[in-house]
This record gives sequence, C-alpha cells and structure tokens, in this order.
Amino acid sequence: MRSTLKASALALTAALAASSAFAQDSALSGDLKIFLDTSNPAPRATMEAMIDRFGEMHPELNIETTVIDREAYKTQIRNFLTADAPDVATWYAANRMRPYVEAGLFEDVSDLWEEPAIADNLESTRGAMTIDGKQWGVPYTYYQWGIYYRKDLYDQYGLTEPETFEEMKSNCQTLLDNGVKCYTIGTKFLWTAGGWFDYLNLRTHGYDFHMEMAAGEVPWTDDRVRQTFANWRELIDMGAYVDNHQNYSWQEALPFMVNGDAAAYLMGNFAVAPLREAGLSDDQLDFYQFPAINPDVELAEDAPTDTFHIPANADNKEAAREFLRFVVSAEQQTIINNGENLGQLPVNASASIDDDKFLEQGFEMLSSNSPGGVAQFFDRDFPAEMAAEAMQGFQEFMVFPDNLDDILARLEQVRERVYN
Amino acid sequence: MTVTALPDTEPPRRGWYKRNEIAVTPWLFLAPAILFFAVYVIIPIFQSFSISLYDWDGLGQAEYIGLGNYAELMNDRAFEVSLWNNLKWLVCYLLAIPAGLFIALFLNQTVTGIRIYKSLFFFPFVLSQVVVGLVFAWFYLPNEGLLSNMLALVGLGPVNVLGDPKLATYGIILAGLWPQTAYCMILYLTGLNAVDPEQVEAARLDGAKGWRMLWYVIVPQLKPATFIAFVVTIIGALRSFDLISIMTNGGPFGQTRVLSFYMFEKALSEYGFRMGYGAAIAVVLFLIMLCFIAYFLWSMYREEKGH
Repeated sequence: MRSTLKASALALTAALAASSAFAQDSALSGDLKIFLDTSNPAPRATMEAMIDRFGEMHPELNIETTVIDREAYKTQIRNFLTADAPDVATWYAANRMRPYVEAGLFEDVSDLWEEPAIADNLESTRGAMTIDGKQWGVPYTYYQWGIYYRKDLYDQYGLTEPETFEEMKSNCQTLLDNGVKCYTIGTKFLWTAGGWFDYLNLRTHGYDFHMEMAAGEVPWTDDRVRQTFANWRELIDMGAYVDNHQNYSWQEALPFMVNGDAAAYLMGNFAVAPLREAGLSDDQLDFYQFPAINPDVELAEDAPTDTFHIPANADNKEAAREFLRFVVSAEQQTIINNGENLGQLPVNASASIDDDKFLEQGFEMLSSNSPGGVAQFFDRDFPAEMAAEAMQGFQEFMVFPDNLDDILARLEQVRERVYN
Repeated sequence: MTVTALPDTEPPRRGWYKRNEIAVTPWLFLAPAILFFAVYVIIPIFQSFSISLYDWDGLGQAEYIGLGNYAELMNDRAFEVSLWNNLKWLVCYLLAIPAGLFIALFLNQTVTGIRIYKSLFFFPFVLSQVVVGLVFAWFYLPNEGLLSNMLALVGLGPVNVLGDPKLATYGIILAGLWPQTAYCMILYLTGLNAVDPEQVEAARLDGAKGWRMLWYVIVPQLKPATFIAFVVTIIGALRSFDLISIMTNGGPFGQTRVLSFYMFEKALSEYGFRMGYGAAIAVVLFLIMLCFIAYFLWSMYREEKGH
C-alpha cells in the first residue's frame, strides 16, 4: 500500500513536473523569425527539419524561416541586423563576429553559457564564442580540416600517411616522379591558400604564435614568418601543387583528384561529399592529419565553427534563447550532424558522432591529437581586411614565389594600418 | 441704358494655373524625372563625396578623417593597378568602333538571307555578359580550353590567359569586345541606311573609290552613329564589372581589377566594408567619367547651336 502510494505520488509529481514543463514550453508565443545561410540543399533540409521539430514542441509559436544564399548572406547580414532584425541568425565564430559584437548588434548570451546543460557540454567551443569575456552566440556545427588523399594511389606507389615534413616531401617526390601532382588546390577565390598558410604556420611555430599574428602583434616581415614561407616554398619549388591553380575554384580543383592527376587535397570535411559523389569510394579516399614540421611544436588544427546568434534588435528574445538551447542539445546535435544531414561534428560533448570514417577520424584528431589548440580558419581568425590582403598575397606567392619580399612588405603596411 | 451697354473691361478671372500654364506645364512633366534623378543620382553623388571623408565600416560610428582616404589612395598599389587597367579598357575597348564599322560595311549588301547573317552577328549583344564571360573563360582554359588546343595545332605551347597577370586584362577586354562590336555594328548599319545615295553617286562620278570613298564620303555622313558608338563604348568600358567578376574575380592577385570592381571589393564584398575608402574610389571614378560626360555635353550643345 505504501509502495503504491509512493508510486502514485511519484507519478503525480512527475505529471506535475511534466505539465509545468509543458506550461513553460507553451508559454512561448508570438513570432520567431529565423534567418539561415544554409542555402545548399542538404543543410537547408536539415535546418528546416530541425526547426519543424522545435515548432512541434511549441505549437503556440509562429516560426518564420528565411533561407538566404550563403554568399549573399555575408553582405545582407549588415542590413538586416540594423534595420529589420530577425530573432535568430546564423553566422561564424571568432573574429568574424567581432564587427557585429563591437557595433552592439549581437545579444550577449553569457547567461545561456552559465546554464549547466551548455557550460558542461560546450566547453570546447567557449573560446571561439567569447569576445571581451562574454559569449555572443552558440555553435551548431564544426568540421575538421586536414589532408584528404587517394589511398589507392598512395598504396600503388608504396607510400604511407606521412607524420613528418620530411616524409611529406619524400612522398611528394615519389608521386611527382610518377607524374602525379601531390596536392590539388584552386586559389581563384583565395581562401584555399589561407588553409595552407594556417597549417604551415601552425606546424612551424605553433598555435600561440599564429594567434599573435592574428592579433597583429607580429610583423609580416618577421624572420619567423619568413621561416613559414620558406617551408611553403620547398613544396612550391618541388612542383607539389597542380599548375594554373589561380584559375580554379575549390570545386574546379576536385577533378584533378578524382582523375588521379593529383593525390591529395588540404580541405575541410565538406570536400568529402563531392568527392564521393564523383565516384571515389571509401576504399580510395582517406584522411590524415597535417604532418608535424617542427617536432617541438604542439599540433593544432583548423576547425571552423558555424554559429547561431540573437540580434540585439530581436523582438522575441525569450523564444530565441529557447531555440538556441534546443539547437545545442545533445539530441538535436546528434541528429543534425549525422551523415545524412550536415555530415559534420556535433558541438555537444554528449552527442554521438555518426558512423562515418572521416567524422570519426576528425573527432578523434580534434579531441585527442590537437593539444596546441583549435583555430577557426585564416579568414575567421584574422580581421577581414588583413585576411583579404594576405590571401591575395598567398596566391601571388604560390604563383611567383620570388615576389615574397614585396608581398611581405605590402602585408606589413596593411598590418600597420588595420590594427591601429 | 448706356450704363448697361458698357463693355466689360475687366478680364475674366482665371486660376493661377491657367494664367501660368505655358510656363508651368513643362516643369510639371519634368518633375517626376527631376525628383528621381535628384534622389537616385544627384544626391548620392554628394553623399559619396561626404562619406569619402570618413573612416566608416557601415555599422559603427563614422570618424572624420578629412582627405585621409585620398592620401591612402595615392600610396595604394592596388588602386594604381586598377587605374591603369581602366585606361587599358578605355583604349582597347574603342577598337569596337572600327571593328563594328567594317562588319557593318561588309553586311550592308543585298544577298539572300542577309537578315539572318545580320542577326547572327548581332547575337553576342543579346547574350548576358555573364554568359559571355563564362564562354570566354572556358575558351581560355589553360589545358582543356579551345584556345590552347588551337595553339597546339600550330605547335605553340598552352597559354594561361586568365592566370597570367600580364595577359588577363587583355583577355577580358577581348571578351568584352565581342558584344560591344556587335552593338557598334548595329549602330552603323542603321547609320548606313541614312547615307545619301546621290552623294555616293556624285563621288563615284568624280572617280572616288575604295578607302578615299569610305573616308571622305561615307564616314563623315556616319558622324551621328560614330558619336553614339563612342559614347556607349566609353561608358561600357568604364562600367566593365560583370566580366571581371565572372572571369577572374579581380585576380590573379588583383591584377585585373578596375576602379569599379575595386570599389565594390573595398566597400561591399565579403572582406570589405571600408565605406569611406570605397566612396573615395567612387569619387575618383566619377571625376574620370565627368571628363567624358562634360565632353559629350559640350559637343551636343555645339551641335544644337550649329543648327
């Protein structure tokens, strides 16, 4: 009798708790305007499905979703944040959000980051979301960078995944001797060259030095920077990269790898999907971490993080906060980042990684083999203007390595202006 | 009785509009155009001038820096490159005028199906600039492109036109000349219809033919067409933006930028948002255009006075 009483009491409290939770949920009402830059078909469907799930939990809430072309979004955000702000908007972490934070257009969401559900599970990305000691949004996905390579070609020439710069170069020489380029790259839109600089610099001098550069504390004409370029030049002089890369976009550089004219590609994990679609099987395609150059330097990685923010001018900030909590929850993180959806890494430590060899390797690498730190990406860590000039310089360097002095002097000029 | 017979010396009362109809009506018709021209053209010109004196990212507080942006332009090599490229565009683009004239002369005959040939020659002008840019970009591709393959037939090595900082701008201008020549051609074809056959006949009796006939008899009569062709070509050269954006995106390493593209990059592109600096570039571009606009206006004014 007592036990049944206890049970029913428990049931009662549970019901009460449930109903109060329900009451709290349904208390969300009004409109929730969400702006997304996930315009590619798969991410778009993923986000829309996630928003539908959120809508089912909050039937009183009238959710209005607008998907804007990813490139157009980058300029439109300036207008809609000031003029007609949505309640939730996607963007990028680190320095890329700084202009909006400094202009007071993003809402401070440090309160969310104090809640245990977020504080305990999202610690790894806290740094990327922090400016001036406050958090300005939440991440929803991130992905690793590294070298994607043709395993079948490596096997054919008896090569293994390199772990040092020497191995990397000797592998490359073998490939070149057999008429295969070591790396494909398309630098028409410049940022791909930024990835190479990131890794060469991170491996030559480490994460802290790289971040000092991003903060403008190191002159571009510094000998340590020249050291990074000297390492880069070794690869360029070998002829490691495909010819005429300045003509191609990153997508246009994919066929070199698919056709076997080039053996590897330094890229983000988003390159896997088109490579698979082009017919490469998981037996042919594999991944390795960018090899160490200076053995004394701790390995650090690039892992760009995509984020959700609440504009400061939003109308329904309460619902927006609830949406942010929902997005980063372990359950939603597991769903939206799986192979059928975004195919990237979940930001929530309690979420599970999809059964995909690239995601597993990436997660493994970022969680246990990146002691130096995790950078965002060249054009997200460096201020926009510096990044634009520098990436243009990298492209020029890759085509005309002899122009290095001139390029560095020019970048130094820009640095002196940008950081003042 | 006489009193009532007095004629009404007072003129009939008419409304203000009725009294000023002749003077006011033209302005009424002009008003919408003037309003929009002021709002969308005249006022923005002055706004550009004023923004160019500030350091402003489009979001935060604008900081007045006087002529600082212009001083920076003086030392900006990317700006210098863009300026030179604009000059290359202006000079090379004018080739469209003689090319258009010769195609028009060639097509100005009565053969069966001439209308089809004319339309075929006019076709590139109908195409969107984006399509023209894409087609030429493929044509220029270093290995797979048609140009490299044609050169290979005569034993010349592959040329990477758009990847070579020295050639790229000329490659883009050539792509631009294709539709522009068609435009000039159509202007000259209509102009040729208006050539006086009696003058040609008279010249022929006097023994003029070939180049002399063309230069002294035909071309002077085509002067209105030449003027319009000149105007549209100059404007076309200064507006060259879409082709650059499509074909090279300003690269390799910014060597194919022109002022309009550079302005866009600095002020509105992904890594830009230096509104003041962009406005300063726009002002320079405007001043260059102003030289041509002044010349056009002056020659039109002279033309009207002459009659």
